[in-house]
Amino acid sequence: MTTTDWIVVAAGAALIGWVYWYFFVAPRVAVSMPAPDMVGMPEITITVKGGYEPAQIRVKSGQPVRLTFDRQETSSCSEEIVFPDFGVKKFLPAFEKTTIELTPPRPGKYGFMCGMSMLHGSLIAE
Amino acid sequence: MTATRERSIVAASPPKAEHIRIPVSGMTCAACQANVQSALQKQPGVVDASVNLMMQNASVTFDPTVVQPDNLVQAIRATGYGAELASPDQSAFEEQEARDRAQTEEFHDLRLKAIVAGVIAVLAMIFSMPLMAADAHAMGGPVADPFMRWVMTSLTPVLERITPWAYQIDPRQLSYTLLVLTAAVMAWSGRHFYVRAWASFRHHSADMNTLIAVGTGAAFIYSVIATVAPGFFISHGVSPDVYYEAVVFIIALILMGNTFEARAKSRTSDALRSLVNLQPKMARVVRDGTEVDVPVDTVRRGDTLVVRPGERVAVDGEIVSGESSVDESMLTGESLPVSKKVGDRVIGGTINRTGSFRYEATTLGSDSVLAQIVKLMRDAQGSRAPIQKLADTVSGIFVPVVISLAVITFVVWFVSVDIAGGDAPLVRAFAAAVAVLIIACPCAMGLAVPTAVMVATGKGAELGVLMKGGETLQRAGDVTTVVLDKTGTVTEGRPVVTDFATIPHAARSDDDVLRVFASLEASSEHPLADSIVRYAKDRNLALSTAASFTAVAGRGAIGVVDGMTLLAGNSALMGEHAIDITMLESQGEALAARGRTPMYFSIDGSVAALVAVADPIRQSSRAAVARLRQMGLEVVMLTGDNEQTARAIASEAGIDRVVAGVLPDGKVAEVKRLQSEGKVVAMVGDGINDAPALAQADVGMAIGTGTDVAAEAADVVLMRGDLDAAAQAIELSRRTMRTMKQNLVWAFGYNVIGIPIAAGVLYPSLGILLSPILASAAMAFSSVSVVGNSLRLRGARIA
Repeated sequence: MTTTDWIVVAAGAALIGWVYWYFFVAPRVAVSMPAPDMVGMPEITITVKGGYEPAQIRVKSGQPVRLTFDRQETSSCSEEIVFPDFGVKKFLPAFEKTTIELTPPRPGKYGFMCGMSMLHGSLIAE
Repeated sequence: MTATRERSIVAASPPKAEHIRIPVSGMTCAACQANVQSALQKQPGVVDASVNLMMQNASVTFDPTVVQPDNLVQAIRATGYGAELASPDQSAFEEQEARDRAQTEEFHDLRLKAIVAGVIAVLAMIFSMPLMAADAHAMGGPVADPFMRWVMTSLTPVLERITPWAYQIDPRQLSYTLLVLTAAVMAWSGRHFYVRAWASFRHHSADMNTLIAVGTGAAFIYSVIATVAPGFFISHGVSPDVYYEAVVFIIALILMGNTFEARAKSRTSDALRSLVNLQPKMARVVRDGTEVDVPVDTVRRGDTLVVRPGERVAVDGEIVSGESSVDESMLTGESLPVSKKVGDRVIGGTINRTGSFRYEATTLGSDSVLAQIVKLMRDAQGSRAPIQKLADTVSGIFVPVVISLAVITFVVWFVSVDIAGGDAPLVRAFAAAVAVLIIACPCAMGLAVPTAVMVATGKGAELGVLMKGGETLQRAGDVTTVVLDKTGTVTEGRPVVTDFATIPHAARSDDDVLRVFASLEASSEHPLADSIVRYAKDRNLALSTAASFTAVAGRGAIGVVDGMTLLAGNSALMGEHAIDITMLESQGEALAARGRTPMYFSIDGSVAALVAVADPIRQSSRAAVARLRQMGLEVVMLTGDNEQTARAIASEAGIDRVVAGVLPDGKVAEVKRLQSEGKVVAMVGDGINDAPALAQADVGMAIGTGTDVAAEAADVVLMRGDLDAAAQAIELSRRTMRTMKQNLVWAFGYNVIGIPIAAGVLYPSLGILLSPILASAAMAFSSVSVVGNSLRLRGARIA
């Protein structure tokens, strides 16, 4: 093997490592729900565009939350939102806001995803 | 801001007061709350208003003839707080329409993009030919892409005759022309792939667009370098091949596949769409004595509506005058029109066939049968089958894994070609890596199960079988034992008189005897008594009023009609009153042996007649049971009746396993017992009395009357009061499971086989290499074929 070959192997390994890190390990920004003191049901808007922004939302368990999905694209990938733990699946019209109200019953991580399970986010109930 | 808007009629002073809840924003303290509340209360027409600070909403009762919700919102805004009228909770109908609009738009958009890309792809192919020929001459080396090499050798002679001028153009000019064409296709037709890929990437996620964007993007950049600085490649001993035509073709083919997929996907909800379309927009209401056509959502409960032959029944209601036959097939799957008379219920969306009638509106809007069916179907179509878990898990890691595989492919090709001293290691490694990126298709996996669920639930609805979700479909496919409740499931659930006999040489006519006893039974509430009264009425006998009536529990009844002392009941009652029934006793016992319930009648101390009552089995039950058994299912009948009656009914229906004398709560225990034997149990019964057993069973099927859709305990609602529907439900589930498995095997298999071929594993032994163009064609049609396979369920013959 020539030096070029070794460079190619090393670069390939580095690239795979980076792909693994970026898609599976790199930390996502978690956003906490506004505290519900005096302001009623905590509410947060999640922008849907190639993913969920924010994708991680900290909430209080046992407390109802209102999630508004603002879908800013027409990509059919994100046309549905699914909360498998709550049996919720909703169509998100493009460029419209769709509201879902949920109450995480107990502390834990409740994932949500697009209809085809390509885009992911989660509610972290504490 | 969306929230629930509840409109309900309040029985307060203004006769038509409505209630609404308006979300209010910006309130932070009790003072704000009081402020908004008093502003609302000051509005004319507001009966009551209360503002909830915690819930951030105002709850208002108002008179809609004086004030409209819009005015209320303005009143709140005038106080400085935000308020917006919530759009009514997106109804199933509207959601379907929104989805349809989005799908149609997507289809047209994709089609246009695909056509433009396709035309340019053909142009690019023509321009590439002379370029490749020139390259091949200049470098003396092979064209790297085997597919293109084949296209070139077969097309060149043709093109040289049709477009000889193309071969006169300077290759460099051709390259630049291709560069511009390709950039245009990428920027317009393929734009969304790159935009979406980038958006996903920013969120640390990756999808189909990522693969397409990376694959075509890499090929494009490589080609641009080869065009602008060919010297760089030549100095490294590599032919400066360009892949423009491949980039354009990949985009065109994928767009074409997506177009077909969009069309096919919208077909999966055809059944739901046709249900939504059943809802008439207008209704003919009688207002102040005249018939007026009004929009259907202005019809109020209690309104009288008119329907003529051939028209659709606008809303659910109860017939107040007239009679007709109504075609309910679209909701119940029942092919024959159902005759309707005064007092019968009609369902909005069904078609009136023969007569005209007037009916009173009962349930409206989201409570209507049609709306409930649509909602149930929407929920079902949105539900996830457990089998999908696997696909979900794979989808979640699919794209990063494929990218890694493409990198490995590149490295292995590069290094091995280099070591073997082969030509152009970079070009070959590059082509294989791009092919891997392009051939991989996560979409087929994502579509495999949901499309089958969509089509199957739609097919079910056409048959009058409402499945509550993907999980139900999956479990119903595994059922081994079907438990049938006797009354109302195997039988009609309404006892009728089957035999009537008087003593030989009686002084009174048969009709007269029947008349007096029916007069006695008219005071009873027992279902058997009811069947005798109906029997007499069917013979047009005028009944008298009983002077006295005493029910004897478990025995029968005693009373006085027209001055005669009458006894009506079983042999025990006769025995207790020392009435000799020998003349009719053997006949009675024979009837009992056939599963009928004999009752004796006596007039003034001597036996006069014998009547036998039975709950007849449904006409379709025997054939349905035979079908269930043919499907390899064990059929068990449960009943509270005695052994003898149960046996008689069971043998008539062709059921060999009977559990008789079961108390209502014993049904649950019986289902549990069967489950503990390792059986997967489907329980068929009515949704109310059998609810606990339906809930206990693996699959609960509520046999409906066509109106009670929301049978909570049931997983499946059979709209038709027909056992055959249970067999259809199980057969449909089995077919669906087969389709889901086929789809998953195809979707996984495609990737498991396609990716290694694209990577070139067959090259060392067979010399097979996959061109990126062929890879894109395979990818584009793999997801279309999954949707197509699901659509086959629509045509499944489930009679």
